[in-house]
Amino acid sequence: MLLPRKNHVHAWLLLMPAAILLIAFTHYPTVTTVVKSLFSKGTAIRPSRFTGLDNYGMMMADPVFWKVLGNNLWFALGTIPTSIALAILMALFVNRALPGRSLVRMAYFTPTILPMIAVANIWLFFYTPDIGLIDQILTGVGLSGHNWLGDPATVLPAVMVMTIWKEAGFFMIFYLAAMQNIPPELKEAARLEGAGRWTYFFRVMFPLLMPTTLFVFINAVLNSFKLVDHLFVLTKGGPDNASNLLLYYIFETAFSYFETHYAAALTVVLLLLLAGMALGQFFILDKRVHYR
Amino acid sequence: MTRILDTFQAYLEITAAWVLALLWISPLVYAFWAAFHPGAYAVNFTLGAPLTLDNFAEALSRAPFLRYAVNTVVLVTLILSCQLLLCTLAAYAFARFDFPGRQVVFALVLIQLMITPEILIVENYVTLSRFRLVDTITGIGLPYMASAFGIFLLRQAFKSTPRELEDAARLEGCGTLGVMWRVYVPLARPTYLAYALVSVSHHWNNFLWPLIITNSVETRPLTVGLGIFGAPESGVNWSIVSAATLLSVAPLLIAFLLFQRQFVQSFMYAGIK
Repeated sequence: MLLPRKNHVHAWLLLMPAAILLIAFTHYPTVTTVVKSLFSKGTAIRPSRFTGLDNYGMMMADPVFWKVLGNNLWFALGTIPTSIALAILMALFVNRALPGRSLVRMAYFTPTILPMIAVANIWLFFYTPDIGLIDQILTGVGLSGHNWLGDPATVLPAVMVMTIWKEAGFFMIFYLAAMQNIPPELKEAARLEGAGRWTYFFRVMFPLLMPTTLFVFINAVLNSFKLVDHLFVLTKGGPDNASNLLLYYIFETAFSYFETHYAAALTVVLLLLLAGMALGQFFILDKRVHYR
Repeated sequence: MTRILDTFQAYLEITAAWVLALLWISPLVYAFWAAFHPGAYAVNFTLGAPLTLDNFAEALSRAPFLRYAVNTVVLVTLILSCQLLLCTLAAYAFARFDFPGRQVVFALVLIQLMITPEILIVENYVTLSRFRLVDTITGIGLPYMASAFGIFLLRQAFKSTPRELEDAARLEGCGTLGVMWRVYVPLARPTYLAYALVSVSHHWNNFLWPLIITNSVETRPLTVGLGIFGAPESGVNWSIVSAATLLSVAPLLIAFLLFQRQFVQSFMYAGIK
């Protein structure tokens, strides 16, 4: 075998290319974002200077920031439980004998592989007032149409419905995998004991699916803070920021208003949220592994 | 009696499963309907409506979708090949070398699972403009090439490779790179396939970062082209937008229909960490 020292050199050489890129696009920008958030925006006559927590003070006083943060929370609350419930239902459907099972499974999963921007284009038409598909159907049955994306009260739910549609099939795959790993003996045993299907699901299957639920849940939470593509097509965050989310607000602040230092402070908040969730995941998952 | 109830329930379930499936596929079905029929039938579902390819021709004449498609193919190929190379090297180092600080370095890699490059758009834009890589395909791809997810997945695969095989190859005179290429890479083929499918579909669909870093037809991928095209102010009708949408998703959709099983399995595989 090789000498230990030479061994180390080999390891570092192998790591080098990936490490350089990871530092350049993850670690270094994370640090510069934090640093930048402590400085003021420089102008031609007045250079950028250290202002401490001023950007954060501005953030605390910024109603749009609170609005966006609240929206993101509602967005997570509105999309995650529903898509998880639907994902379980879908997985239950296609986990047993069903005519045309592979077609059904494909129908559930297809939204996952389509670009968000492409499906948002289609959904934009569904939501268009009067001529859109939803309003057509509504007027067809005698109800009146509605400007779904133009009304602050309905815009966020409308965006959520599309997100649920996009994500449920993706989560289904993980549940399907987990269900196929449940030994069939358990079902037979439950049946012998006289347990109905609901009892079997809630007492046996659902607890066994908990690790999957946790995995899916954490992914869904992270996603709800990262995914903003649909806003570019559907709403641009409007009307009146009613559908604006944190990452989209960062994008607007940096690339439309050119307030890069304020955007840095907003990014720090997003980073802290993600880091908090990552730590939570680490400890919860750690516990789970421990108990098994 | 219970038998009849059971049968009834079974039928109910089948119906529910199918209704949900139809509901889920309907936006795509609608896009097909609108794209292949004249604009007048976009909201008017007459069964005998005439079929036409005009919408596709119109979409192609209004925006260079073929150019966007070429850009996207170049982009995903570039990203995937660099990812496979870089992740293989790093994963092997983590799986088979014991060097001081390994745990810490690995933890630093895993940070990227949470903090993906989209979050750091502002600073990454600054970095790339410093290297004059704004509005280049390399610029879109560079932040994603060292993928923590790829490193993690391949490390798991390499760890499960029997060490005896490496020792045997070493005795035959293979160096570090030789062992990797002849022993580890061939045995991890299923992992490579799963990772490739996840990576290609992810980068084919990515929007935010390419939107920020590109501003010309020569570099723009399909998603960004479609995002600009589909904007309401661009004044195109739904049939043409649907045609453009189908043009953009067609390659991925066809690949999905052909490799459905592999796609589903790769997503499953990617999830089981």
